[in-house]
Amino acid sequence: MVKLTIDDIPVEVPKGTTILQAARLIGGDVTPPAMCYYSKLKTSGGYCRTCIVKVEQGSEKDPRPIPKPVASCRTEVAEGMVVRNITSPENLEARAGVVELLLVNHPLDCPVCDQAGECHLQDLAYENGKEETRYEFERREFEPIDIGDKIKLHMNRCIMCFRCVKVADQITDGRCHGVINRGDAAEISTYIEKAIDNDFSGNVIDVCPVGALTDRTFRFKSRVWYTKPVDAHRDCSKCCGKVRLWNQGEEVLRVTARKDQWGEVMDNEDGSTAWICNDCRFDKKHIKDWTVEGPSEINRHSVISANHYDTLRNIKADTLRMLGGKPHGEKVDLGIGALDPNNQHKQ
Amino acid sequence: MSRKLLLKNDHIPGIAALKTYKENGGYTAMEKALKTMSPEALLEEVKTSGLRGRGGAGFPTGMKWSFLAKPEGVPRYLVVNADESEPGTFKDRYLMERIPHLLIEGMVISSFSLGANSAYIYVRGEYFYVSRILEQAIEEAYASGLLGKNILGTGYDLDIYVQIGAGAYICGEETALLESLEGKRGNPRIKPPFPAIAGLYGCPTVVNNVETIAAIVPIIEMGGAEYAKIGIGRSTGTKLISASGHINKPGVYEIEMGLPVEEFIYSEEYCGGIKGGRKMKAVVAGGSSVPILPTELILKTAAGEPRLMSYESLGDGGFITGTMLGSGGFIVMDEDTSIVKNLYTFSRFYHHESCGQCSPCREGTGWMEKILHKILEGKGTLKDIDLLWDIQSKIEGKTICPLGEAAAWPVAAAIRHFRPEFEAYVTNPESIKDVKHYYRLNPTV
Repeated sequence: MVKLTIDDIPVEVPKGTTILQAARLIGGDVTPPAMCYYSKLKTSGGYCRTCIVKVEQGSEKDPRPIPKPVASCRTEVAEGMVVRNITSPENLEARAGVVELLLVNHPLDCPVCDQAGECHLQDLAYENGKEETRYEFERREFEPIDIGDKIKLHMNRCIMCFRCVKVADQITDGRCHGVINRGDAAEISTYIEKAIDNDFSGNVIDVCPVGALTDRTFRFKSRVWYTKPVDAHRDCSKCCGKVRLWNQGEEVLRVTARKDQWGEVMDNEDGSTAWICNDCRFDKKHIKDWTVEGPSEINRHSVISANHYDTLRNIKADTLRMLGGKPHGEKVDLGIGALDPNNQHKQ
Repeated sequence: MSRKLLLKNDHIPGIAALKTYKENGGYTAMEKALKTMSPEALLEEVKTSGLRGRGGAGFPTGMKWSFLAKPEGVPRYLVVNADESEPGTFKDRYLMERIPHLLIEGMVISSFSLGANSAYIYVRGEYFYVSRILEQAIEEAYASGLLGKNILGTGYDLDIYVQIGAGAYICGEETALLESLEGKRGNPRIKPPFPAIAGLYGCPTVVNNVETIAAIVPIIEMGGAEYAKIGIGRSTGTKLISASGHINKPGVYEIEMGLPVEEFIYSEEYCGGIKGGRKMKAVVAGGSSVPILPTELILKTAAGEPRLMSYESLGDGGFITGTMLGSGGFIVMDEDTSIVKNLYTFSRFYHHESCGQCSPCREGTGWMEKILHKILEGKGTLKDIDLLWDIQSKIEGKTICPLGEAAAWPVAAAIRHFRPEFEAYVTNPESIKDVKHYYRLNPTV
């Protein structure tokens, strides 16, 4: 086991653990945000640079600091390491810089984006970004394309996290999906817009941290916060069949994999990842197809939880917006957190 | 007259051919190394010589070699970085097209010391004709038993392959080079692991610059201790400098480390002074990514000492008043040069060459280019200069590979040393009369 401290909080983890994983064990504010790292996908991480931390002391043996900020998702811990995340103003400033740069070419079309409300970039910008952009030039633009009849690719919104590329490489059969071009002209693409055609391709939607890859069967059906998530399962010959249904009344609007507090697809009991197949995701849209287990556990900070908690049931969304000082269409979760007397940063 | 080690036979006609090369003492160092020395002894010689990487970073070569992992049953590789993509640098091209056998000889000695049986030369796409020269030289070497199985009857086998890149700046970064060599998209890898542990095809690999490997030959010829006597302090030996810009005699020069910068620029033996007798304004001393320095700081350090051509002297004062020796791409600018336009050109280059893998570089390089273009158009504000400064600070040190720094440093240095010029562009649009030129250069904006 290796001992280290993150923001002065001691933690003990097995050798080979990354700083980010160690921080997730502590949880709460000290956990750096991760846009590209995905613990269930090999070789993911290191690209977005939002998880950067300052290493004040490299290890007990070699106490020198690491001169540059490191990507916590790809840096292994060392005995006696001293890591600073939120206790280093310098580090927070650097992260704010990364967030600003990530938004430079992002269209900020949240009002018409299906991902709004469960978008990691929204959360990131809300928690780490600046109020306004200093970018005044035209943003790069791509036409949205259909990759297959079930998945929409909005390249404008993409932050090049490479997660979907790793899904295509690691869990679907055959490589069908990659990156073309270079620099800020780089784009995710299938080979000459060829359809993604295999049983697990829908998982690229679940791993996408932004609204670049969305479910065409759910397109413009509802804002996510007007749907109610329940956990359900069915016997599926292709996948584990454990899913999350997003319902409005009796109607199943969307099916996704179940996600944990880090926004990653959960594990099965046997330790494998509960990826779901396209049959479950796109074709089983009747409540009768499923055995419903009960309401999903949703982070109560999330806008999705807004309509599902007793303490908040009687408070109208508009009041919340007013209290949070947020204009219509923006996230309201600050208001919820402030209103909840039991809010102890539970994840 | 400065001592020459790499280019000492450069003047001999036909030195590119094996026969002429051998007649002039070629392949004797290799014979000495393979027949009389052990790999460990060779490594010791290189360490003693104090040779430092000539590609730009100046990392001690002997130390790099000693980091090479040597697990049982796993092949090791030597990869020669002949991508030479740093703007202002053309010394490797010169060396390879003039004396290709020097590189091959250096590669055999180095591979023998490292225990590699396959070595690669990764040549940039624009140097296609150079790859032909190298291939021809390699063929000659095979035919004479200097490469292949059982070299010179010593039982040592080595194959050398030439691979051509497709013209991406990023492929000069060692891990992107390895990716490209493996046939993948040339994206830098996330380190660690370093190539010395897991490099080409996941095997331990040493990646060295052409000039570094070529310098192994004189080191073995004269001995590491003798080589270390040349130069000054920790900058030992000789260095090839690619001199360009507003000088009377642009070209590739071999200098002894420690030569005063003033002598290099003004003496007849080297650059021969500034063209047309004009005054010098600034120098980029080590390829486009190192900080630009104004005349007073390139000739003398902040402390008033004469600036010398060495890693330490050029680096004196850090980035506040110093720069780097880098790859030796020495670009001289006269008094009529616009630093803002020059910076725009550099920024456009880095924007174009960013691989797009990590956010700060992908988004930041384009933003800086656009702001500089705006300033050149006469639409800039004083705020934009501060914004430029801020963006470069948000890129520097936050990226996977050094391209982020390479893009940020020139911006920082130009603003640090020439801020009044930027302000003039913003407040006095008269000074930007000939900006039209840049529309032609960059039709995409």
